[in-house]
Amino acid sequence: MIGTQTSDAYASDLQGWQLEKQLKGDQGLEIILAGRWCLDQALPSWEVLKTELGRNDLRHLYFRADHLAAWDTGLLAFLSGVLKFSAGHDIAVDCNGLPAGVQHLLNMASAGPEQNIDARRQSKAGMFSRIGVATIDFCRGFPEMLHFLGEVTLSMGRLLTGRAQFRRSDFWLEVEEVGPRALVIVTVISFLVGLILAYLGADQLRLVGAQIFIADLVAIGMVREVGALMTGIIIAGRTGAAFAAQLGTMQVNEEIDAFRTLGISAIDFLVLPRILALVLMVPLLTLYAAFVGMTAGLLVSYFIFDIGFFEYYTETLRALEIKHFMVGLSKGGVYGAMVAYAGCLRGMHCGRSAEAVGEAATSAVVTGILLITIMASLMTIIFYRLGI
Amino acid sequence: MPGTPHIEVSNLTMAYGDFVVQHDLNFVVQKGDIFIIMGGNGCGKTTLMRALVGLQKPAAGTVYYEGEDFWNVSANDQERLKRRFGVMFQGGALWSSLSLAENVALPLHEYTCLAQARIDEIVSFKLALVGLAGFEDFYPAELSGGMRKRAGLARAMALDPDILVVDEPSSGLDPLNARHLDDLIVELRDGLGTTIVVVTHELASILSIGSNSIYLDAETHTMIATGNPQQAAQTGDAKVRHFLSRGEL
Ligand SMILES: Nc1ncnc2c1ncn2[C@@H]1O[C@H](COP(=O)(O)OP(=O)(O)O)[C@@H](O)[C@H]1O
Ligand SMILES: [Mg+2]
Repeated sequence: MIGTQTSDAYASDLQGWQLEKQLKGDQGLEIILAGRWCLDQALPSWEVLKTELGRNDLRHLYFRADHLAAWDTGLLAFLSGVLKFSAGHDIAVDCNGLPAGVQHLLNMASAGPEQNIDARRQSKAGMFSRIGVATIDFCRGFPEMLHFLGEVTLSMGRLLTGRAQFRRSDFWLEVEEVGPRALVIVTVISFLVGLILAYLGADQLRLVGAQIFIADLVAIGMVREVGALMTGIIIAGRTGAAFAAQLGTMQVNEEIDAFRTLGISAIDFLVLPRILALVLMVPLLTLYAAFVGMTAGLLVSYFIFDIGFFEYYTETLRALEIKHFMVGLSKGGVYGAMVAYAGCLRGMHCGRSAEAVGEAATSAVVTGILLITIMASLMTIIFYRLGI
Repeated sequence: MPGTPHIEVSNLTMAYGDFVVQHDLNFVVQKGDIFIIMGGNGCGKTTLMRALVGLQKPAAGTVYYEGEDFWNVSANDQERLKRRFGVMFQGGALWSSLSLAENVALPLHEYTCLAQARIDEIVSFKLALVGLAGFEDFYPAELSGGMRKRAGLARAMALDPDILVVDEPSSGLDPLNARHLDDLIVELRDGLGTTIVVVTHELASILSIGSNSIYLDAETHTMIATGNPQQAAQTGDAKVRHFLSRGEL
C-alpha cells in the first residue's frame, strides 16, 4: 500500500491497478494512482469515486502518480470520467501530478475542433411505432415504383426515337449473363418439373385409361405456363438479385451520382440495357425450358409408363398449337421485364451501406417474384377471356 | 526505448502479377518513430502498407518485427503479430452495419475482458480524441468522408497498439482537423510510446511530425531516400527536394 493516511483503498492484486484517496486541506481531495492501469485487466469505473467527488464542500482535486508503473487508454478513460464529473460540479482540477503524456492526451480529447451534431438518430422505437413506420414505408413504396416505371417508359421512348445513350457492349454482356450462363440451372429445373408433371398426369389419367394424354398435359403445361413461370423465378433469383446488387454498389460508390452530374441518364445507361436483355432472353429461355420439360415427359412416358416414343411425339404435335407458343413467349417477355424492373428499381433506390445493398438484393427477388405472380394471374385470366 | 529496431524491411518487392510496384526496399523503423512513407500518387504507398500489416504477401523479401520474420512464421504467430498493430485504411473502412461506438468497441470485445461499461467509457474517450465526441450512435453512412476517416483512426487505436499504421490520415480533412490529427499522432507517440507509420503526401505533416521517412519513386519503382524529412528537404536527393518543395526546387 502506498501512502499512510489512506481513508479508503480499492486495490486489486499486486500486478494490477491501485487507487487511493486522501483529503487535502478543507476542500481538497488527492487521488493517488499506482500500479498498472492497462486494458489487459479489469479496470475500475470512475464511479468508485462518485461519493467522494459528490461531496458538497469539495472544491479542489489533485492527483499523484509517483508509483504509476504503466498506463494506457484504460487510465485515460477512467480519468476522463473523473474530469467530466468535476467539470459539471464546479471542482477545480489540478492535473500537474499526472504524467505529461496523460495530461496531453486528456487535453486532446477535450480540445477537438468543434462539431455540431444536429442529425440525431431516432431512438429505438416500440413495436407499434415500428409496425406503423413499416406500413408507411410500404405505402410510400408505391409512388416510388410508379415514378420509376415512368422514368423507364420515358427512357424507352428515347430509345425508340434513337436518343438514348447506352453502350451496346453492356447490352450484350447482360445478354450473355442472362442467357448462356443461366442454361444449366434452367435445364436442371425444367427437366425435373417436366418429370413431375408427367408423373402427376400419369396418376390421374390412369383412372380414365387415357395415359397418352400425358403428352398433351406436359406439352401445353410447359409451353403455356410452367416454362415461363419457372424461368421467371430462376431469373429473379439469379439475375434480379445481381442487378440490384450491382446498381446498389454503384449507388454506394456515388457512381450513379456521377452519371447524374454529367447529365447522362443513369436509367438509359444502366437500366435500359438490362431490361432489354431480359425481355429478349427470358422468352428464349422459356422456349428452351418448355423443350427440356417435354423431353423429360417423353422419357418418363417411354421408360416408366410404356407409351411408345412415336405415339408420344405425334400426340405432342397434335396438342401444340401456335397460340400456345405465343402465350408462353409473351409471358416470358413480361416476366423478364418484371424481374429486370424489380432488380433495377431496388438497386437504383439502394441506401449507402453494405447492409442496404443486401436489403436491395433481397427485396429485388421478393418484388420480382411477387410481380411475376401477379402478372401470371392477370394474363391467365385475360387469355381465358379472349379464348386464346 | 528509442534505438531498438522495431520493424525491419528487407529487400521487399511488391508486385501485382508481372507489374512490379516497388522493388528492393530496405529500411528500419525504430520504436517510437513517426515514420513517413511518402511519394506521388500511385507510387505504391498503400501497397507497401498492405505488405507491412500482413494483408498482401510480397513478391520477394520480408518484414521483421523485432527479429521475427513475419512472412515466414506460422499462421498463429502471424495472428499474434498482427494484433500488435492498428491499421487505419485510406477510406476509413468502417463496418457500415455498426454504429461508430460499435465499430470502436468490436476489437475491445474481441481481445479484452473489460466490462461493457468500461468499454463504453473507452470508446467515448477514443472518439473524443479524434474529435468525434457525441457521435457514438451514428452510422458510417451518416458521416462525411473526413469524419469516417477519423472514426477509422479511433478504431485503429482501440487496443492501444504498439504500432499504428495510418494511410493518408489528413487527406480529406479540413486544416484544423488535419492539425489536430498531427498533434494527436505526436501525443500518442510521446504518451503511449506508440510507433507510428504514416502514409502521406501532405507536406505540412511530413515536415512537422516525421522523425524518419522514405520516399518511393514512381519512375524507378524503388525508394530513393531515407532519413529525417526536414533534412531530406534541405540536402536530400534532387527528386525528393522537388517533391517536398511542391516542385519549386
Ligand atoms: N489490385 C491491384 N491490381 C493491380 N494493380 C494495382 C492494384 N492496386 C494498385 N495497383 C497499382 O499499383 C500501383 C500503386 O498503387 P497504390 O499502392 O494504391 O498507390 P498509392 O501510392 O497512391 O497508395 C498503382 O500504379 C496502381 O495502378
Ligand atoms: Mg494509397
